[in-house]
This record gives sequence, C-alpha cells and structure tokens, in this order.
Amino acid sequence: MWQYTLKRLIQGVITVWFIATATFLAMHNVPGDPLSGERAMSEAIRANLEARYGLDKPLTEQYFIYLGNFLKGDFGISFAQENRQVNDIIREHFPVSATLGILAVIFAALGGVLWGALTALYRNRLPDTIIMFLVILGISVPSFVFAALGQLTLVNLNAFFGVSFLPVAGWGTVSHMILPALVLGMGTMAYLTRLMRSSMLEIINSDYVRTAKAKGLPPARIFTRHQLRNAILPVITVLGPAIAAITTGGFVVELVFAIPGLGRYFVQAVQQLDYTVIMGTTVFYGAFLVFMVIVVDLLYGWIDPRVRLQ
Amino acid sequence: MKSPITSDDSFTRSAGRQLARYAFIAVAVLVALMYSLNFVAGLTSTGAGGAAGAVDVENNEISIYLREEPPQMNSMLATDAVSGMVLGHVMEGLLRYDENDQIVPGMAERWEINGTRATFHIRENARWSNGDPLTAHDFEFAWKTALDPATGSQYAFIFYPILNAEAANTGQMPLDSVGVRALDDHTLEVDLAQPIAYFDKLVAFVTFQPVQEAFFNATNGRYGADADEMLYNGPFMMTSWVHGASLRMVKNPYYWDAERIRLDGINAAYITSDSNTLLNLYKDERIAVVDLTAEMLEGAMQQKWQLDRFMDGSVFFVDFNHREGRVTGNLNLRKAMFLAQDGNELVDRVIKLPGYLPAKSLFPVWLQGVEKTFREEYPAPESPYNVALAREHLERAKQELGLSEIPPLVMLADTSPVATISSQYYQEVFKRNLGLDIIIDAQTFQQRLAKMDSGDFDIVLSGWGPDYNDPLTFADLYASWNLNNRGRYNNPVLDSHVRVAQTSTDTKTRMDAFGEIQRILHEDVAYIGNYERGRVYATHPQVKGVIRRVFGAEYDYTGAYIETAD
Repeated sequence: MWQYTLKRLIQGVITVWFIATATFLAMHNVPGDPLSGERAMSEAIRANLEARYGLDKPLTEQYFIYLGNFLKGDFGISFAQENRQVNDIIREHFPVSATLGILAVIFAALGGVLWGALTALYRNRLPDTIIMFLVILGISVPSFVFAALGQLTLVNLNAFFGVSFLPVAGWGTVSHMILPALVLGMGTMAYLTRLMRSSMLEIINSDYVRTAKAKGLPPARIFTRHQLRNAILPVITVLGPAIAAITTGGFVVELVFAIPGLGRYFVQAVQQLDYTVIMGTTVFYGAFLVFMVIVVDLLYGWIDPRVRLQ
Repeated sequence: MKSPITSDDSFTRSAGRQLARYAFIAVAVLVALMYSLNFVAGLTSTGAGGAAGAVDVENNEISIYLREEPPQMNSMLATDAVSGMVLGHVMEGLLRYDENDQIVPGMAERWEINGTRATFHIRENARWSNGDPLTAHDFEFAWKTALDPATGSQYAFIFYPILNAEAANTGQMPLDSVGVRALDDHTLEVDLAQPIAYFDKLVAFVTFQPVQEAFFNATNGRYGADADEMLYNGPFMMTSWVHGASLRMVKNPYYWDAERIRLDGINAAYITSDSNTLLNLYKDERIAVVDLTAEMLEGAMQQKWQLDRFMDGSVFFVDFNHREGRVTGNLNLRKAMFLAQDGNELVDRVIKLPGYLPAKSLFPVWLQGVEKTFREEYPAPESPYNVALAREHLERAKQELGLSEIPPLVMLADTSPVATISSQYYQEVFKRNLGLDIIIDAQTFQQRLAKMDSGDFDIVLSGWGPDYNDPLTFADLYASWNLNNRGRYNNPVLDSHVRVAQTSTDTKTRMDAFGEIQRILHEDVAYIGNYERGRVYATHPQVKGVIRRVFGAEYDYTGAYIETAD
C-alpha cells in the first residue's frame, strides 16, 4: 500500500515537472510578451523593464531560475498586477474557486445519486423519461447558458416580487454561492445521474440482489446495502477528477457572477501573456489535478478492497 | 418486456420510500450546512460583499462596478483605464480636467509657463490623507522615481519634454540632472527641453501625480498593492480593497476642495466585464451606472431609463504596412482599397453599436481647435465610396507593381467582437469590389501588437486612444520616429509639420499644421478610418452629476450626488 502510494506520488511529481516545462516552452514561443502594450516602448524603456523582470537573460537560464524558485515554492510577481505575488493570488483566490467547486460537486453528487437511483427504480416509466430528458439537456447545454439564464430568471423574480431572494452576482455570503454552484454543478449532476442510473440497472439485475430478495430481506435494506452501496462506486471514481475539473473550469461562471475566483486570473493571464501567473496557475492546477486523481485511486482501494490487491 | 424483478412493484415502492427518506436527509443536511456556513461567513465578513443597493441615501453612498481589478495603483507605473479611473478619484495632480475637459487648478493653486520654464505654486492647504502637508518635494520625488531606469515605468516617456528626462531614463545622465526641482515646500520649478504648448495638459496625466517619499520607502516595494499601502491626496481615499471582488472609497476629509465632493462613499462592489451581468445588476438596483450594448438599447428605451451618450476618445482605423517589399506600400493599391469600402456602412449596418461614429479623420470630433472644435475649423476630407474609381486605381497598382494579380493580403486583427465583425466586413467588400483575397489573422491583443511591431502583416485593424487633450496626441502617430507608427509610414513633409506642432506655442500655427497633417494623411491614404468609439449608458434616476469623458477619471463620480425626493 505504502509502496503503491509512493510510486503514484513520484509519478505525480514527474507529471507536474513535465507540465511546467511544456507550459514554459509553449508560453515563450507565442508571439509577443507580457511587456508589450498599446504604447510602443523605446529600446531604453523596454530594456529597463526586461531587466526588472529578468527577461533579458537567456531562455535556458530563465528556465533554471524559474525551476529553482518553483522548488522553493515561489512563483514570482505578476506582470499584469505588478504588486502582487503569484503565491498571494493563488492563496487568495483559489479558496474561492474551491469553495464554489466543492459546493457544486456536493450539489452534483447528491443530485446525481438521487436522480440516478430514482430513474433506475422507475425505469421506462414517466419519472425516468422526464429526468432523462433533463439529463440530456444538462449534458449538452454549456454552463454559460445556464449561468446567463439562471441570472436572468433571478433578476426577473426579484423584480416581480420586489424582494431580493438571492444576490444577482458578487461574493461574500453563502447566498451568493447557491446559484453559481448550482449552475456550475449542473453538467456534472446530469452526467452523474446517467452514470448512477446505468450502474444501478446493472446491479438491480444481478444475482446477489435476486438472492437477497429470495432470502426475504426487507426491501429498504436490499436497496441501501445491496444496490445503492455498490452502484455508487463508479460515481465516487469520477468524483475526484470532477472536483478538480469543476474547481479549475469555473471561469465563465466566475465571470458571469463576478466571483473573485482563480479561474478568472488563469484565463486573463493567458490572454495577457502574464508569464508568472500562467506558470503559477498551470503548475498549481496541474498538481491539484494529479493529486486528486491519486486521492481517488487510494480512496477507491478503501471502498473496494479488491483494488488494493493489484 | 419487463423482467420479473422490475415488475416487483412492492419492492419499488419500498425502495422508493427509502430513497425519498435519503433525499429528505440530504436536503436537510445541505440546508443546515448552508446556514452554518453563512454564520461562519458572517463572522469573518469584511463587510464589502456588495450587499448594499445602487443608492444608499442614508449613508450618502452609491455602488458601482469595475470592469477589471485595477492592475496597478502605483501612479508612477499605471498604464490602464481602470487604474486611471480609481487613481482619478483617490489622487490629484498639480492640475486636473474639469467636467468640460478644461484644465483647472488641482494641487497647484496657480502656475506660469514661460518658454522653457514652468512654475507651479502648491496650495497651502494641500494635505495627504494622513494629515501630512503635501509639498513640491512629493512631486519631484514621484517624477524622478518614475524616470529612474530601475523603476521600469512604461509611461516614463510622458516626462520626456522635461529637460534631460530622456537621458536620465535611458541611464545616460543622473536623475539629479532632470529639470524638476522643489524650490521650497510650495514651489515646483520645471525646466523644459523646449517650449511646448500643451505642458499644462500633460501635467494632469496620472504619471504626474505625487507620491510621498517617506511613505513610499516605508512600504518596502509594496506601494499601491493594498488600500493601506497608499497615501491619498484626492477627493476620496480607498478604505478597503478585496482583490478581485470589491473596492471601497470614502470622502477624504483632508482634500482641499472637500466642498465640491457631495458623496460620502463609493462602493465598487462588483468586478466583472460581462455586460449582461452588469445589466442584470443594474436592473436589480445593485449598481448606479451601466454601459449598454446595441441589443440592450431597445429594452432600455421601453423601460424609459435615463440614457446618455459620450465619445470615449478612441479612434480605430485600418493601418497599412508601408515597409519595403509589401504591396501595401503602393499608393494606388491603398487608394483602391480606400474607395472600395464605405465607413458609414461599416458603422451603421455592420457594427451597429450605439454612439459609434464613422472615423472620417484621424482627428476625432471632440478635439478643440483655435476657437471651435478642430473638425469644424478643419473639416475632414470627403471620403466618397466609388467602386469604379477604386478598380481603376487597382489596375494602375497592378501595372506599377508588375503583378497580374495582387497576392492575398494578411489582415491582422484582435479577437474582440467588433474587430472580428469589422475584419469580416473588409474581407467581404475587398473581395466583392476589387477581387482581393484577404486572409484574416486573428490574434489576442498582446499578440496583435507583437506582430505589428515585427511588421508581420499587410493591413491591421488598429486604434489609438489619446493621452492628453491636444491634437498632437494623434498627429504625431505617423511621424517617422514614432514607435507607435507600426506600419512605418514615412513622409518627410508630414514630419516637418509634426515638428512645427511640437515646437510652436502659437495656437493658430499649430492648428494649421494639424490641418496639413490631416490633409496629407488623407491624400496618401496612410490609413482607412474605421470608427470613433462612443458609448451609451444608463444612470440610476436618483444619481446625478456622473461625468463620462475622454480625459481624467472615467467614469468620474467626484461631482456625483444623490437626489432625494424632498
């Protein structure tokens, strides 16, 4: 077990190093640099700026300086927000994205398991048909559409009733989080519903469920112990990557709801070629994703003892 | 066919009941979680979450939005509009622009500019937000620090009219040699390299704002990084800045002209550039002012909102690559392209954004001339749409270039919606009217600029926003030495007129030079005018006195106030 964990961690470190190197190379091969602005700079001013940011050094030297700082956990100072450490940006804004992401995943997981179980129980009947139609909708409609529609509906509701049910946008209280989290989790909820349904259907027809019924166990117990518990396994498998994907992919929702999350900085940095922030956020997100996958693998072994043997 | 197990209805009912129980528990747990989280959040809340409405009559405050997080609140380094807007509220230079874009006294109560010597007299009651007296030394320090090569300020060039400023910025002379000195606490003396007519207008620019040396050094390089890492001297001071989320400004009690300021506080409660979100926030009465896009206009009219329009000062145009070896260096080809497109059609039928005007000249409509506006005194040359004539010019161009066909032209553009739709318009008209093939090269803003610098284009959708209220901010754009002349247009006659405008202090002489520059650029088809950008915005019915403009803080809430029913 420990050996397995160690092996996975080493693999993870190599993956993150690879991500860092690939990002570094790609970033420096894009035309332009973070210093170019609408006002053209004289050679002298540009030289002043390059010296200030260490961009005047050869690329290989920049790479090793950057790797060295990275090992010390220092991502440097943002080019676009010249007073802010990239570490500060991550520390201040990642918790926002993470809070939103976790809430979204809680919504998605609870909803997905409940709806999935429901559709499996009532398969081919009316609840199944209605929910599966909504699921297709949820999977195919992108989150920015849900975000815009959700916000518009809320504004009209607030206006119609003359009270503010939920804030239209912004951040600060839990009431600010509900709508964005629902919107952000919508796609995942739909996906998990479908996953739960098919996994549940497979188990409903399995021999041990038949045996349990034949033994005369109470239906509620068969449902909970034999069906739900086994059917939930694949859902847990995708949960880890889903948390990572939702946390890192909330850019549009963050923009629409004016939420100070890290996703916004990540996308802005790419647009502005803000080298240090691109590197910092990419490596951070990469490491986060790799870590989540490892955690899920270990968790899976805990839930399903057969996995540990391999 | 149903299998025997699924037809087991009693099982389904029991299991369904169990599922309903789980669902109930899940919802209950979730609600409890939310409540406890809200409680915890309430304990740690900074109070700046945007809970207040657009207008808070009780506290005499309004709420507004920012398009993005201010990237740089250090006035010596700031280059962008959002930082400029906030700095315009919390800082004040020697001079400032009033509501009519005219220069009025700021920290300097009076000033004299005679030839190469400018003297500013700082008012006795000028104070920093901590109560310290504001002195001429604070200006000298800020200007010299901005010029210091180690500071790496992008806007250092704006000081270059000052004696030895350029040499100091390029490290050829010491900073002490720069022609700016505080004679005493209240007198700032500036030596100029040569007489310039618009130095008073330059001084109103953000980079010229003061910084207190002692405070700056105490921040250890974090000056402007947070609300408490700055010292303010403007009408407002920043009391909180939650990065990426909100920013709060309250009235500065030490401001010399505090009577002019009628609001007690401004909450920049939302930071987003999503125009639909902003519209929703406005509808929900969360923000006091909002910019409208074309598709929002109809709804706004139906709601009978208070709508206004203004020109934001920027001019957009198609620039040609005049470098050696480019077919766009050929005058007849440029003439053909100029005649084959219709600026009115582009603005009225394609872009369709409210407030936009066709750019008939590089000099926008709002620029001041000798007595009236520049464009009234020096009308823009006519620009007729004439396909037949365009084709004649194209034939001549082919002969001169010795080509049977013009090769496909690369049109560089950025990825903004207006640039995308404009580039498609040009692609279509040049194909239809001239048979020219245009390859659109869409790049992000930064990469478009990089490609322009390296000359990697034939034509490019470009634009220019003014730095100071003088036609020269546009006129020197095509001077051969200007680095912003990225198409490398080179015309010695034009250069000589630019020199006249730079060195003369006689208004009429300078305006004549600008008139000549306008004529030459038109005859040479140095560019094809695209549009002058305008905006339409809605203001909360109770909020008055908000100023939208070209120079200084934009939006400007310093004169805003809340109108109450009584």
